[in-house]
Amino acid sequence: MDLIGRLKKRIGQYLDMPEEMTSPERYKIFRRKISILMLLITLIPLVLMAFINYHEYQAALQDEIVAPLRVLVNKSKHSFELFLAGRLSTVRFIASAYSYAELADEKKLNRIFRSLKQEFEGFVDLGLIDANGVQISYAGPYELKGKNYADQSWFQQVMVNGVFVSDVFMGYRKFPHVIIAVQHLADSGEVWIVRATIDTRRFDELIAAMGLDARSDAFLLNRNGVFQTASKFYGKVLDQCEECVPPVSFEPAVVEQKDRLGRDVMLAYAYFARTDYILMVVKSKADILRAWSHLKTNLLLLFLGSVLVIVLVVLRLTNTLVKRMQISDDKRELAYREMQHSHKLSSIGRLAAGVAHEINNPMAIINEKAGLMKDLIDLAPNFANREKFLGMVQAIIQAVERCRAITHRLLGFAKRIDVVIEVLDVNEVLTETASFLEKEAFHRNIKLRFHLAKDLLRIASDRGQLQQVFLNILNNAFAAVNDGGMIAVATFEKDIETIGISFNDDGKGMSEETLKHIFEPFFTTNKGSGTGLGLSITYGIVKKLGGYIDVQSKLGQGTRFVVFLPKNPKEVTGR
Amino acid sequence: MQDWNVLLVDDEVEFVSTLAERLCLRGLQVRTANDGEEALQSVASDQPDVVVLDVMMPGMSGLTCLERIKADYPHIPVILLTGIGSTKEGLEGMRLGAFDYLMKPLRIEELIGKIGEAMQKRPPAGKVE
Repeated sequence: MDLIGRLKKRIGQYLDMPEEMTSPERYKIFRRKISILMLLITLIPLVLMAFINYHEYQAALQDEIVAPLRVLVNKSKHSFELFLAGRLSTVRFIASAYSYAELADEKKLNRIFRSLKQEFEGFVDLGLIDANGVQISYAGPYELKGKNYADQSWFQQVMVNGVFVSDVFMGYRKFPHVIIAVQHLADSGEVWIVRATIDTRRFDELIAAMGLDARSDAFLLNRNGVFQTASKFYGKVLDQCEECVPPVSFEPAVVEQKDRLGRDVMLAYAYFARTDYILMVVKSKADILRAWSHLKTNLLLLFLGSVLVIVLVVLRLTNTLVKRMQISDDKRELAYREMQHSHKLSSIGRLAAGVAHEINNPMAIINEKAGLMKDLIDLAPNFANREKFLGMVQAIIQAVERCRAITHRLLGFAKRIDVVIEVLDVNEVLTETASFLEKEAFHRNIKLRFHLAKDLLRIASDRGQLQQVFLNILNNAFAAVNDGGMIAVATFEKDIETIGISFNDDGKGMSEETLKHIFEPFFTTNKGSGTGLGLSITYGIVKKLGGYIDVQSKLGQGTRFVVFLPKNPKEVTGR
Repeated sequence: MQDWNVLLVDDEVEFVSTLAERLCLRGLQVRTANDGEEALQSVASDQPDVVVLDVMMPGMSGLTCLERIKADYPHIPVILLTGIGSTKEGLEGMRLGAFDYLMKPLRIEELIGKIGEAMQKRPPAGKVE
């Protein structure tokens, strides 16, 4: 619980961002953070699972390969031992079944040898040797009778152990052979030795019976590293390969190693108990693990595919999410601003209306008093300082007139005037309004261009209010352009429900900061002459008529105002 | 000028008295009232030819007063005085039977012109008793 709480806190901290950051930067960072978090959350378990799976699989597969290999080696070793034991007992049987005299008789020996060859394949010769190591009789292809073996190691071994199985050697017809010698101790105390040679073709058969594939190898080796049978890859019979000798183990063992040729191999081997032989099976690891590597490739592809899909989905999702968020944030911000703005406008409007009304009555009194003064002066022909007084009264009345104009404007801003909707031609209203400014344009040499859409439909709107809107925007344009500047006015159909009226000038333009505030009441850039109400009133009117205003401006390059108006206002929100 | 009998109603005493004096100077007979009640009494006691009535008054509002006058004396034209921009009240007054409305501060010539207009269009003296 504590851990989860802390994790939550950490994630919260991670996603937290300083408020003051500017908007696009903020969302970029937010997007990056969410992407990273989501990728971590999705990819970590995937990677972990892939890793565990990989290892589990590898272990299982290894077992499945090692176990059968071990069984094979063990089985084959048994076959070899069985074969050797069979031959050994045959020789032993001959040694014990026949007397020394019988065996010493070459004719008899020859007969025994013949029937031996018939019953057991592989026997090459058979001979009797006495306790002094002298070949007494011999049946076979060589002329060995009378030969003395007393100095040879095998003779000494057989005299000590009673049995001897030699390493392979090249013998008769250049064929590998093995000597089997058995000592017999007769009841009479006589000792003799029966020695037989067998060829090792049977070894090859046994190895062939293992049923190995072409890329695998099996062979017998003795403990000195001499090949007892031919190896497919490592050497011929009797070749030396000392480094091939594996560590001693009487259990069948499987090891992984690099072979002489530098291949990664699985080496299964078993030491023979009674002879010097080691049965070895060599399998290329690449072959064995082909299935594994296939699986591994598939696994990797699957993994990479998943990662790719996850990354794409996460990025896409995050993108959409953040974009949506940004849009809704923007919308909220806009709604908030608009609300704030309209709130500001309406409170200022109320204030203005209140002030206008309050001022109205005293103004009316001043007006009447001044009027009465004027009347009285007019009635008295001999009024002293008549002209001066009349001038002063006139000045008062004019001042009242000015106040009247100001309050009127204030009230206009307060939107007290009702909207009167009529079907009108915007082009006509526009040219009519612009005509007010023709004189100024002429004096200041400002080019006023019109590009009015000829087939512009008549729209339902309020003539007076539109005039005020156009006049306000044009006034601003006139204030912005230098003498000799240009103002272009165009009307166009924006879509089926809306028409647009654009006002382009090549005047001084506005900074972004100014642009943000232009619709706010009392915001003015030409301090002194403007009231700061013009655009604010314009904004209010266009809103009231169901339209909106778009402004683009670049400092030093000019400004473009576009007023969009509905062809048919849905409902007019006039008070 | 004809001696038209005008009743001037406004809560601002200074305004009423001054305007009354100016109208008198122009030959009109002017009576004044400072609120709706007084105006109704004045109309009842001696019917004026024209009533000039301020819309914004404390107590009985100008529009109520107009309604009451029009109910009893529909033939008497009533000219409303409204604040600047109070077009709505003016139009409402017109709907209730006012002859026209003028915005304060006034131009005296305009007011006299309107009174003259009202007198001309006034139904012939056949007073409904």
